[in-house]
Amino acid sequence: MTSLTHLQRLEAEAIHIFREVAATFSRPVMLYSVGKDSSVMLHLAMKAFYPAKPPFPFLHVDTTWKFRDMIAFRDRMAAERGFDLLVHVNPEGIEQAISPFVHGSSVHTHVMKTVALRQALDKYGFDAAFGGARRDEEKSRAKERIFSFRNAAHAWDPKNQRPEMWKTYNTRVAPGESIRVFPLSNWTELDIWQYILKENIPIVPLYFAAPRPVVERDGMLVMVDDDRMPIGKDDRVEERMVRFRTLGCYPLTGAIESDAATLEDIVREMLTARTSERQGRMIDKDEAGSMEKKKREGYF
Amino acid sequence: MAVIPTNAPARDVVDYLREQENKSLLRFLTCGSVDDGKSTLIGRLLYDTKLIFEDQLAALERDSRKHGTTGDDIDFALLVDGLEAEREQGITIDVAYRFFATDRRKFIVADTPGHEEYTRNMATGASTADLAVVLVDARQGILRQTRRHSYIASLLGIRHIVLAVNKIDLVGYDRAVFDTIVADFRAFAGDLGFATIQPIPLSARHGDNVTRRSENTPWYNGPHLLEHLETVPVEQAYREKPFRFPVQYVSRPDLDFRGFAGQVASGSVAVGDMVTVAKSGQSTRIKEIVTQDGALDRAVEGQAVTLVLEDQLEVSRGNMLVAPDDRPNVADQFQAHVIWFDANPMIPGRNYILRTETDSVETTVTALKYEVDVNTFAHLAAKALHMNGVGVCNFATRAPLAFDSYAANRITGNFVLIDRMTNRTVGAGMIDFALRRAENVHWQAMEVDRKARAALKHQQAAVVWFTGLSGSGKSTVANRLEKLLHSKGRHTYMLDGDNVRHGLNKDLGFTDEDRVENIRRVAEVARLMADAGLIVLVSFISPFRSERQLARDLMVDGEFIEVFVDTPIEECARRDPKGLYKKAMRGELANFTGISSPYEAPENPELHLETVGTDPDELAIRIDTLLESRMGS
Repeated sequence: MTSLTHLQRLEAEAIHIFREVAATFSRPVMLYSVGKDSSVMLHLAMKAFYPAKPPFPFLHVDTTWKFRDMIAFRDRMAAERGFDLLVHVNPEGIEQAISPFVHGSSVHTHVMKTVALRQALDKYGFDAAFGGARRDEEKSRAKERIFSFRNAAHAWDPKNQRPEMWKTYNTRVAPGESIRVFPLSNWTELDIWQYILKENIPIVPLYFAAPRPVVERDGMLVMVDDDRMPIGKDDRVEERMVRFRTLGCYPLTGAIESDAATLEDIVREMLTARTSERQGRMIDKDEAGSMEKKKREGYF
Repeated sequence: MAVIPTNAPARDVVDYLREQENKSLLRFLTCGSVDDGKSTLIGRLLYDTKLIFEDQLAALERDSRKHGTTGDDIDFALLVDGLEAEREQGITIDVAYRFFATDRRKFIVADTPGHEEYTRNMATGASTADLAVVLVDARQGILRQTRRHSYIASLLGIRHIVLAVNKIDLVGYDRAVFDTIVADFRAFAGDLGFATIQPIPLSARHGDNVTRRSENTPWYNGPHLLEHLETVPVEQAYREKPFRFPVQYVSRPDLDFRGFAGQVASGSVAVGDMVTVAKSGQSTRIKEIVTQDGALDRAVEGQAVTLVLEDQLEVSRGNMLVAPDDRPNVADQFQAHVIWFDANPMIPGRNYILRTETDSVETTVTALKYEVDVNTFAHLAAKALHMNGVGVCNFATRAPLAFDSYAANRITGNFVLIDRMTNRTVGAGMIDFALRRAENVHWQAMEVDRKARAALKHQQAAVVWFTGLSGSGKSTVANRLEKLLHSKGRHTYMLDGDNVRHGLNKDLGFTDEDRVENIRRVAEVARLMADAGLIVLVSFISPFRSERQLARDLMVDGEFIEVFVDTPIEECARRDPKGLYKKAMRGELANFTGISSPYEAPENPELHLETVGTDPDELAIRIDTLLESRMGS
């Protein structure tokens, strides 16, 4: 038998990480964002504990502005795989009727994602939270540990990270402190797609090209997912063949024009792409350090 | 070296992915001194292998104008220096991981910092790497950090080195400069046990010999960097090593299933094979190898599986399933090389949590045999190991560990040390060998035991440990308590800090190291006395939590009673029975607790006594009441 392939090594590394958390933390949770990386995480978590179920709940921080297809997919997966799904929405955000259209992307993200996540973690007292972040996504992510320590205020101190030697993880935290755990740290976007293809992992249909109603704004194609989207008199709603490279809140997630309707098409498109994956996300664009700032505040 | 097959038709994508899948993986790190161009080199590799996207390139051009150090050229270092502080200061602080691939191999690169103060981050990158690219600035030659990083790479078991003589353009592509640096490097690296050393003259900024041969160095006939990285043999040796399976997690979804989940650290195992439980020595056969993708006949190095055994044996997390004919060490004492990461030095006698891949146990550093000067590799006598220092230590653990030597197995021979108060990762260790005496010396089990001795005295042994500032009233309360106990017919003994320093500990001063030793000796004496059945009253400032914890850990559970004699420092200074506070405030006493050295108040003492306004006899009665309540239980 030949040596394990690159992908088999990544899979084993992730499974090892899942088990390590289950064995050493009292209240872990998986942050389930419904995107393709979450789908891979779910798949790996099922493998890690087979024949048992993953011994932790899955938390979706809902901003109420996710694509409708994402919510439908989420509920279907929870029913099919039988995991324990928790959904949290920031009640203050609902009260203030926070909307990305009215309040802008940074207020919306802060209130409905960053604050909401902190609320949910405090509410349930989770001491470890799995996230699907990868080091190839963004420069400050490339610096992050697999087991990434957060203080009691959920803040990340990038200049004072615990040394992480071998795969001998320091899993000790004091009450109130927690660890964010990233089993996909060493995966690239290509690895993710390759794995989805190889393992036949279900993903939200929005990743595949289809005719969808979109409006072009500031060079970004925004999909009209429901009637909360304000259509100005200069806006033209057009049906275009589009798909999404990442998924988030529909007003903040740009579609790309594409004919890629199968996984093979998507991988080919990705291999020839000239822009990076996060390019479609408005929240990263402000300035170079913007992701690092959000992470210090407790964003994933 | 077309990484991205532009215009590949859809049907070829599957073939392309299949090729990708069969590539091998090389994990390497870049290291060397500050400004030797590590980040620039990685940026250049990513750029030349076309892994930089248009939007990233646009951001890079923008950042180069803002923070760049290369004039109008693109500053590749900004691609990898991801933290704001790094971009602002133009240095690398933490290790960054980068990913790229060629037609032949996939690569994970750890870009590590050059500054000595960030050595722990360099070690982090090295711990998972198979190869190290050591950069040297051609104008500077071998520097202190070059030697330091080469040593740490060797210490962490890296077998392959690329000596990248960078900025060769700035010395006019001079062969003599290159040859001198190579000779210097080989001269000191000879003892470091590397399997291969490949020197390459290159310019990361201009791309010479990075991903293509340079016409500027016609005198150099070796491979360019990428060519070498693609072809250097990745070792498959772990497949051939004896079977090791550290048990991570016991899976018990229902009463019928009991599986041991883990990742095979080395070797392989098949259904029907005999395996031994490392710590107990019991053996059984593998009944089943479970994965969600179906049962396997065989599990090999690197695979994460769940093993089911034929017999119900006691196996829990931290134990290991191993080859019966080639077992690991099981011992509670061993020697190891240690790299220290923390600002608080490692002092022999202190307690730490020792964490292997799946086991966790309390440990004491019983001896610091020597520190290694990473510049000369000389062995130096040392009393403590400071941040970024490397030393050789003996360890004693509270329970036996199963391990191999690090030289034999990087996975089962490593550990980290964790501070039990702050939970910080304070050091990393590579085990050298088990100490023989751990296997041969066993505690003598005596028939007249501690219980019997205490029973003869009609009492229960205890160590009442008084801690508090100088002048807080520890000795006063302890004296009253001893009188009270004596009058009730109890057998007691009082150990007083000052008195012990006149005799047993008169060779010790007041440095941190000596204070630890002072406490350790007193605690050992108290333990022997408690073993003899006495109620021991220890009156010691003992300002550090870790040292009191050390004392507590020596005692039998429940026998250690920590009494916090809590008097505000203003009141202590006012009482000042020995005139010490006045001296300390004049600066005549170094390391005086409360003034020039900290006092760490107990977090959960058995008894917390506030002395102001309360009669010492009353406080003594409160302690006696607590002792009486223990006797009843």
